[in-house]
Amino acid sequence: MAVVFEPTKGLLDVPTHYCPGCTHGIIHRLVAESLEELGVIDKTIGVAPVGCSVLAYNYFACDMHEAAHGRAPAVATGIKRSLPDSVVFTYQGDGDLAAIGTAEIVHAAARGEKITTIFVNNCIYGMTGGQMAPTTLPGQVTETSPYGRDVKLQGHPIRVSEMLSTLDGAVYVERVSVDSVANVLKAKKAIKKAFELQIEGKGFTFVEVLSICPTNWGLSPRESIKWLQDNMIPYYPLGVKKDITQQEVK
Amino acid sequence: MAKVTFREDRCKGCGHCIAVCPVKIIEFDEKLNLKGYHPAIVKEENMGKCLGCASCARMCPDLVITVEK
Repeated sequence: MAVVFEPTKGLLDVPTHYCPGCTHGIIHRLVAESLEELGVIDKTIGVAPVGCSVLAYNYFACDMHEAAHGRAPAVATGIKRSLPDSVVFTYQGDGDLAAIGTAEIVHAAARGEKITTIFVNNCIYGMTGGQMAPTTLPGQVTETSPYGRDVKLQGHPIRVSEMLSTLDGAVYVERVSVDSVANVLKAKKAIKKAFELQIEGKGFTFVEVLSICPTNWGLSPRESIKWLQDNMIPYYPLGVKKDITQQEVK
Repeated sequence: MAKVTFREDRCKGCGHCIAVCPVKIIEFDEKLNLKGYHPAIVKEENMGKCLGCASCARMCPDLVITVEK
């Protein structure tokens, strides 16, 4: 019998601390598989964020660096500029990237830093206990929006992919999801393409992955998948927001 | 003929694999694993129905599953 699927060597063989059903594990695997398949795991340096994935450096089989809250793109900029032959990625959640780290991600994209950012969006602060994030949907109940997010009071959610796609330095921006097997395969394709474009030196690449948070949404893992499909995908439409390689073809 | 192997002690019992299995052969074990969860398993008598599609493995957040065909 031939092996159809086995755990990737891009991840260390250790259990993760993530809650049951948390899709961080799937996204870790997609990043690690992409790096392994591209044969660059030995020259990759990842930058871990603050948030649930703060311990990502314990899981990836490449060099990892920890950054202060939201500052992963700035740290990654320094690493990539000093070691231009390395493959550099940041792995950030929505509390890290879309709140305290907004300036860093916007300017890294505007400068066209040759790094890849994996942005995990689950509409909530996970590690700190389920507070409202900039990406929290209108009406969504969280610890700090117990009556649901009121856009008149708390503003509107930020569609980060659409925002970054307007910047000339960003060459590839796509939003994907890991709610189904088909979407997991599409997410893998997007992440691998982002790394390929970085290796080709094209510029800043960004993949937003819609993810679930069963613990802080107060739902079971399966209910969470349905909540993502029913609520998140309509507000955060999937697809390629910018692809310079496609524009060149046109 | 396909075979799916679960590293049961790594399973957190989330059930993503059970939901996506097209032939519905994955179930929770009655026993608890080392972590204290009911791990996902395929009973020996159901293994013959496995298609080897690896849908379960692709949805598993914890790298529990290996699929051979």
